[in-house]
Amino acid sequence: MAQVVAVIASTHHPFYYKASTATGADRPPFADEWVRKVTAFRETLTRANPDVLVMVGSDHFHQLWLDNMPQFLVGKAPFYDANWHNEQREFGLPRMLLRGQEDLSAHVLREGLDAGFDLAFSNELRIDHSITCPIITLRPEADLPIVPIYTNIFAPPLPQPKRFVQLGRTIRELVESWPSDLRVAVIGTGHLSLELGGPRQFGPHGPDPEFDRRAVEWIANGDLDGCLSEVTLDSLHAPGNATHGFMDFMLMMGVAGAGAKADYVDTYDLFHTMEAYFTWYPQGAPA
Amino acid sequence: MSKYLLDKFLYTVDRDADLTERYREDPAGTVDWWESTMANALLNSHSGEASTWLRFTDEERAALAGHDHVALFALGAHPFLTLTLFIAMFERDHDEPLFYQKQYGARLAHFELPYPDIAT
Repeated sequence: MAQVVAVIASTHHPFYYKASTATGADRPPFADEWVRKVTAFRETLTRANPDVLVMVGSDHFHQLWLDNMPQFLVGKAPFYDANWHNEQREFGLPRMLLRGQEDLSAHVLREGLDAGFDLAFSNELRIDHSITCPIITLRPEADLPIVPIYTNIFAPPLPQPKRFVQLGRTIRELVESWPSDLRVAVIGTGHLSLELGGPRQFGPHGPDPEFDRRAVEWIANGDLDGCLSEVTLDSLHAPGNATHGFMDFMLMMGVAGAGAKADYVDTYDLFHTMEAYFTWYPQGAPA
Repeated sequence: MSKYLLDKFLYTVDRDADLTERYREDPAGTVDWWESTMANALLNSHSGEASTWLRFTDEERAALAGHDHVALFALGAHPFLTLTLFIAMFERDHDEPLFYQKQYGARLAHFELPYPDIAT
């Protein structure tokens, strides 16, 4: 059966690409340290030597729209074009093309449906920066096939936080029951406290540093009970109006497993939002 | 209230570069044109298929025609859609990085939690 060789949870910051490639007067003062941290984080994936990446993210009203909105969707296609007009316009993100691991998509869909998740699917999915940001930070060669999984953290009504955790647990089981000898890394991105289009946006830090501190603690310690006892769909409005993206971190805690302490933890306090990077090695840390 | 239609306007205008410029230069004219020709288009269907019942309230039409992002926030338009489109239209008018984004937030400073409901 396939092995989950790394579980990685990360924020996705669409400004990283532009900041890290800027030179001269255009290069922001925080860029060098950011690149250093991302390069160290990247090494945690490289060391696991994965063959396939399961990528959990959330479409930002690109292909998934309010006339037809799935809660959880799995891409099943041989290729995925990536990044959209407005991401090129606002963030300078490049157009990309990623290969798909279609047989693993089929396995996740069939077995996921049978495990109680009525997963939607797409055979022609153009992915957005929630998935391409971690490709750019963690695997800039973009050379590994992927299985994209989208969650709805964006357009209420949203699934409950516990459902994200359950889906994470199920994804772990599904990958580990995939009849393959390939090495799989599961990578998901979300947010800590975040405000978009509201009064607390683009401040010197994230909108709620105290939430961020506690969130990092929950994730680093695999403290699902503590996290689930405090986080609700209502409570997530308080740290910032886009903080429901934290539920993708909760999904990744489900993949890693209750009580699983992260093998690698790093954060970077930036304007607008705090960056946070976590890696678990379910098979033990690679040599 | 037709939050869905507000969001549909922001969504379709943001994703069409020509339409974004047209809305920047002629907001009232673009809103009128869009409501009469685009509002009922089924985006996820073959061309030519349309709904029959979608229209703005006067308040919603005025908020869009006035480029009034504060009113749009109050009406429950999705803040990500509004922000993305308004950055596309107006960030270019300011030299300092993030000046427009900060000013945009400051204009919303009088809102307290809970913010207007964005559920459609």
